[in-house]
Amino acid sequence: MRLEGKVAIVTGAGRGIGRGCAKRFAAEGAAVVAADVYDEGGVEVAAEIESEGGRAIFAHCDISDSVQAAALVQTAVDTYGGLDVSLNCAGIIPIDGSDVLETEEVEWDRVIGVNLKGTFLICQAAAREMTKKGTGSIINIASVTALMAIGNQAAYVASKAGVNGLTKSMAIGLAHRGVRVNAIGPGSIETDMMAVILTDEEATARVMARTPLNRMGQPEDIAGTALFLASDDSSYITGQTIYVEGGRLALNHTMPPKG
Amino acid sequence: MRLEGKRALITGGGRGIGRACARRFVAEGASVVLGDILLDEGRAVAAELTQAGGKATFVECDVTDVGQVNNFVAAGVDALGEIDILFNNAGIIGPGTDFLETTEDEFRRIIEINVFGAFRVAQATGRHMVDQGISGSIINTGSMVSALANPDQAAYVSSKHGIHGLTKAMALALAEHGIRVNAVGPGTIKTAVAEAVLVNETAYRRVLSRIPLGYIGEPEDVAGPVVFLASDESSYMTGQIIYPDGGRLALNHVMPVKELPAA
Repeated sequence: MRLEGKVAIVTGAGRGIGRGCAKRFAAEGAAVVAADVYDEGGVEVAAEIESEGGRAIFAHCDISDSVQAAALVQTAVDTYGGLDVSLNCAGIIPIDGSDVLETEEVEWDRVIGVNLKGTFLICQAAAREMTKKGTGSIINIASVTALMAIGNQAAYVASKAGVNGLTKSMAIGLAHRGVRVNAIGPGSIETDMMAVILTDEEATARVMARTPLNRMGQPEDIAGTALFLASDDSSYITGQTIYVEGGRLALNHTMPPKG
Repeated sequence: MRLEGKRALITGGGRGIGRACARRFVAEGASVVLGDILLDEGRAVAAELTQAGGKATFVECDVTDVGQVNNFVAAGVDALGEIDILFNNAGIIGPGTDFLETTEDEFRRIIEINVFGAFRVAQATGRHMVDQGISGSIINTGSMVSALANPDQAAYVSSKHGIHGLTKAMALALAEHGIRVNAVGPGTIKTAVAEAVLVNETAYRRVLSRIPLGYIGEPEDVAGPVVFLASDESSYMTGQIIYPDGGRLALNHVMPVKELPAA
């Protein structure tokens, strides 16, 4: 029970990585505020956690709205008495992507608004609370694409590289105030969001040829890393992005195809 | 008990980071075989862990000697049955020397121990894991100077950059066998070597001004990340390096240093 007695916010908890992390945090003893704009999923995960003997509530939150971000932190304080961990999994990716010559300004603004500005707003709201006590861990979700890009998601890739920079800057800014800020850079994780990219078998084969461990990641793989960053085992780590991507970043060419 | 039932080899286990990891591995339920050239220290750690109820053995191991390395791994297999984890940690830092004065012998010695030594132990252990079909975890000891540099440690910096490259190459080579290979890159950690520097107040302030979290790390601060990399919780990670460095790699300029921490 490595998060016994801790209070954690998990945004994007309604599905995918956020859902996996919310469940793992609760299983490790944390009281979880599961936040999402996808209310159905958020309500469901909170109910599931409670039925399994954990503690969780659902809170609707659009992280790109500063009022909602602040209210989410207040909900954690009002419900569970404080805030120790903020894990920001909420994020969007445009379906089908767009040719970089066609990417529209409104799409750019929306993706940056949620993925980068929204992450900033949640981090700031969480940090304002955590610095009162002088202790806390903030974890953002970047992406392997922050370092190795894909060509039809300029806004998404830029937003994730931005999350890396934001993480470092906030880590430095908060280092003397007891709050650590780190990020996780997932590779190809089997979620609904990944289905946007893996449209067919050929796309999957292409991705596997670039994944040395030859499997998709699971939300649980990210949850284990999030737990590490939330816990005291990472107490001397701040301003880092830990990449969980099955070895892709080490790979020059491609892996031989598997039978 | 996150390493319950796991069997680990640790080189450089006689003191500092190796010793802290040996203690933590055993506390998390693993059985360990320690290697070192420091015989008294190595035996003392094994005795301490055995007395505390853990399973720990010491075997002499000079990583520059392939015979001793093979013997160490074989002895580890004898004692433990199979090896799930290797903490490939043996290494030296060497004194700082002006780059233009650095001798070939000095340079060769550091590369020999830090890189060749790591290669020998990793290869011998990797062969065992592949032969036995073990989806193991290997953790190499890098350093923050796997990414940064100091002007008076060309050999040491080169060796730790080399460890980063070795980690990636090994990760790719062993991926098909389900063996993960990652590294830990400690920042400034309180060990016998570091403490000699920190007696000097000016040097201490200079070091602290480059650590956002404002304190020198303890060996236990490295053990946490090593346990994570050894455990199944990092099972989708390979070819990576985690830096417990108090935030140094993120820092552009310097932090203000008001007071030195109490001793």
